[in-house]
Amino acid sequence: MSKVASTTLRDSLSVSLTVGAYGVAFGAAAVANGFTVLQSCLLSLLTFSGASQFAVIGVLGAGGSALSGIATASLLGVRNALYGVIMAPRLKVSGLTRVVAAQITIDESTAVALGQEPHGADAMRKGFWYTGIGVFVFWNLFTLAGALGAQAMGDIRAFGLDSAVPAAFLGLVWPRLTGKFERILAVGCALFAIAMTPILPAGLPIIATTFIAIAVGLKR
Amino acid sequence: MSTFWIATIGTSVIAFALKYSGHSVPERWLSHPKIQRINALIPIALLSALVAVQSFSEKSQLMIDQRLVGLSVAIIALFLNAPFPVVVLSAAVSSAAVYRWL
Repeated sequence: MSKVASTTLRDSLSVSLTVGAYGVAFGAAAVANGFTVLQSCLLSLLTFSGASQFAVIGVLGAGGSALSGIATASLLGVRNALYGVIMAPRLKVSGLTRVVAAQITIDESTAVALGQEPHGADAMRKGFWYTGIGVFVFWNLFTLAGALGAQAMGDIRAFGLDSAVPAAFLGLVWPRLTGKFERILAVGCALFAIAMTPILPAGLPIIATTFIAIAVGLKR
Repeated sequence: MSTFWIATIGTSVIAFALKYSGHSVPERWLSHPKIQRINALIPIALLSALVAVQSFSEKSQLMIDQRLVGLSVAIIALFLNAPFPVVVLSAAVSSAAVYRWL
């Protein structure tokens, strides 16, 4: 194996393992929020997008409707469409291969692929496939482990799972708070959601913050 | 069909549709700078709202409990540049400790 190919493989594997391991947190959180082990595993297999998965279990766990959960998760999934736009001309695939490529188009596979840009188009394609498939395998295995573990726990608060979920959301949003503008938006939306919680039906205070994001995004 | 099943299947179908559409639409449709910018802001808004609601509410009621401790510990861990699993675990352990012993 050439030096470049082994670098790509190493990058892909390390990302796959570390990210895949977060699947434990998702599986445990899903069960803690009322999903069955089967539903938790199906979300990881079929939705396969961490932020969207955490969002739908978060909204339903807070008492929100299925529609609120689906809407919040889907809004977070829009970025995968944008990743698809970036990757499609580089992958040049069709038919069933495109279906598989679409399913593994997530933050990590796109990021590793773009990270291989200095090594050429072939390394980018390899980075995408290795990382996408690697994360998929580990994410699903760890989801099952986490879901079974949480099911065995009983009172999830005694194990801190009720705090693990918001901590996971915070860990997901933290790297995005790159500037003052982003941090103000984050705090503003958090305060807005808290203020609206006793007033609006569950789930809506979360989705409503989308309009804040759109409004400030259009104005800026 | 239960709410949880509808959410599981609905989320999965739309998630795939979004991914597949990205691979199928012409690049210019989604490459508008305003769309790109809004797309970067939406996760910040939704995830921040989720952090707040999951930390300070139970159904439609606001409440402060052991989760405040867990969240505070998570924030400290993030300021110390701790990796994601450490952030989640430290929040869980501190919250569980408060729940059990206070």
